[in-house]
Amino acid sequence: MQQEVNDRGLLEEVTQFIYREARLQDDHAYDEWEALWSDDGIYWIPANGEGTDPENEMSIVYDNRSRIALRIRQFHTGKRFSQTPRSRLRRIVSNIEILERDGDQIRATSNAMVFESSVRGDTVWASRNEYRLRRGEGGLLMALKKVVLVNNETALYSMAFLI
Amino acid sequence: MNHAAPVIPIAPIAARAPIWDQLVRPEHVHGSLYTDPAIFQEELRKIWYRTWVYVGHESEVPKANDFVMKSIGPEPIIMTRDRENKINLLHNRCPHRGNRVCMSEKGSARSFTCPYHGWTFANDGQLKGYPFPSGYEGADRSELGLGRVARVASYKGFVFGSFADEGPTLLEHLGAAKDSIDLLCLNSPEGEVEITAGFLKHKVKSNWKFLVENETDGYHPSFVHASIFEVAQSGIGSLYSSDSTAVSRYMGNGHSENDLRPEFRKRDIPMSWFNTTAERLPAYVASMNTTYGIDKAREIMIDGTPHTMIFPNLFIAEIQLFVIQPLALNETVQHVTALQFKGAPDLNRRMRQQTMGSVGPAGFLLADDAEMYERTQLGVQASNPEWLFLGRGIHRERTDENGHLIGDATDETPSRGIWRHYRSMMEAA
Ligand code: FES
Ligand SMILES: [Fe+2]
Repeated sequence: MQQEVNDRGLLEEVTQFIYREARLQDDHAYDEWEALWSDDGIYWIPANGEGTDPENEMSIVYDNRSRIALRIRQFHTGKRFSQTPRSRLRRIVSNIEILERDGDQIRATSNAMVFESSVRGDTVWASRNEYRLRRGEGGLLMALKKVVLVNNETALYSMAFLI
Repeated sequence: MNHAAPVIPIAPIAARAPIWDQLVRPEHVHGSLYTDPAIFQEELRKIWYRTWVYVGHESEVPKANDFVMKSIGPEPIIMTRDRENKINLLHNRCPHRGNRVCMSEKGSARSFTCPYHGWTFANDGQLKGYPFPSGYEGADRSELGLGRVARVASYKGFVFGSFADEGPTLLEHLGAAKDSIDLLCLNSPEGEVEITAGFLKHKVKSNWKFLVENETDGYHPSFVHASIFEVAQSGIGSLYSSDSTAVSRYMGNGHSENDLRPEFRKRDIPMSWFNTTAERLPAYVASMNTTYGIDKAREIMIDGTPHTMIFPNLFIAEIQLFVIQPLALNETVQHVTALQFKGAPDLNRRMRQQTMGSVGPAGFLLADDAEMYERTQLGVQASNPEWLFLGRGIHRERTDENGHLIGDATDETPSRGIWRHYRSMMEAA
């Protein structure tokens, strides 16, 4: 049963969650970021458009929960050279809207602009992000984060940080 | 600031043709080979616009009138399948005023209409017509079609093009690398590979040759990929160690490989090349057994697929296909996709999943390789020492039963061979 999405309190809660996620990513706080995921979480960065069929088409990232954990473990080795030294990151997240609410399930969207400074030089990444959030015991959790990069149809430089 | 700077005439520097044998030596290459813009231009002319370059796979245009945008070096190419099911490679450039005639990545079209003045071309490149034909009395329409890549040939569905009217045939160019394509196709229960999963396009600020050399550099994986070997139980690390029985091989014509079969044969476990077991892929194993018989199928599934760099741009990496595209002296794109075997849906699904994990801009493996390409590019821009050293394993290099040079798994035999071929191409007029 779909409920009222025009709920200021919920919007504020979702906004604070997304801001916090952004800060953890910018700060490379890998474990705290990983703790934001639900057990069935999917981290998806499609290539070549909106991404219609990640099971059959190549995506830049299509991680299930165990692969998210592997990604984090790889960062922790200190030998993930594409992040050694780490990219310096700062992102602006905005245009947060709740699109749908169904009981404990929330679908929200935002825009993000990430400034990356790395050995290669400075790069700006822009995306539309889509979240499926679920209320867990300690607060909201991500069941899906889909990052649709504006330029994902073109050739992209490495982006081995958390976006 | 200084808007009124005087114009100081500069005497033209005498165009100095590179002396190739002074830049490419048996154990060293000169750093300027990766940084000199004039050398890059000459490479386009003497390598990219002359030799056979991999363009695409027939399965990317499965039906009559399908097309897909491709490239040969920086040059945009449309690969089409015409009404007669023939594959064409056309330059994406209108013969009228030079506009691009095709702007979509792929699709189906009997013809392409240039948006500028409406000239229309059939999907085999021929001019079909122009609006207001009254201005073109006497024009020879047959000369006003889209540019066609001079020679087009395919081997087992892999389509190559050459801008040169004459030269070695595709089979002559492939030489021993043909066996790698055969070996790859043998791992398919229907003997065919398909390219259907779409490409990731990964750009690096690096010269294309760093990528070509790295593809069969068995020395780097233990270090560059240590982070993922440490946390994932992939059996790759041990294949590229100094104890490995695998060999590196230079196959001639610029082609090279890491032949991992000795290690897989030692393990003697079907599908261990894919870091899995036969039990986990029952449908694939059953189809292989039906096609080849149990004994032959077992042999194939122990040996696995090749790890071969077909000069200058096609890399078959066990479960993936890479296409290297130079855009500029220090800008290169790797187009990457999962290989798919006809009639093997369970294996294909795993190949897609593993490919997505390991390659592309955020891949567990490739992001770190890309980092190395970019840092070597930064490195060679520094001046001292001027030379790069490729001598690893030269004293233990040997010839195999087919007359190819082989070295240990971590030796630089492939790089030395690639450079020898490079030199011969660049020395040609
Ligand atoms: S440029 Fe194509 S019709 Fe004129
Ligand atoms: Fe590598």
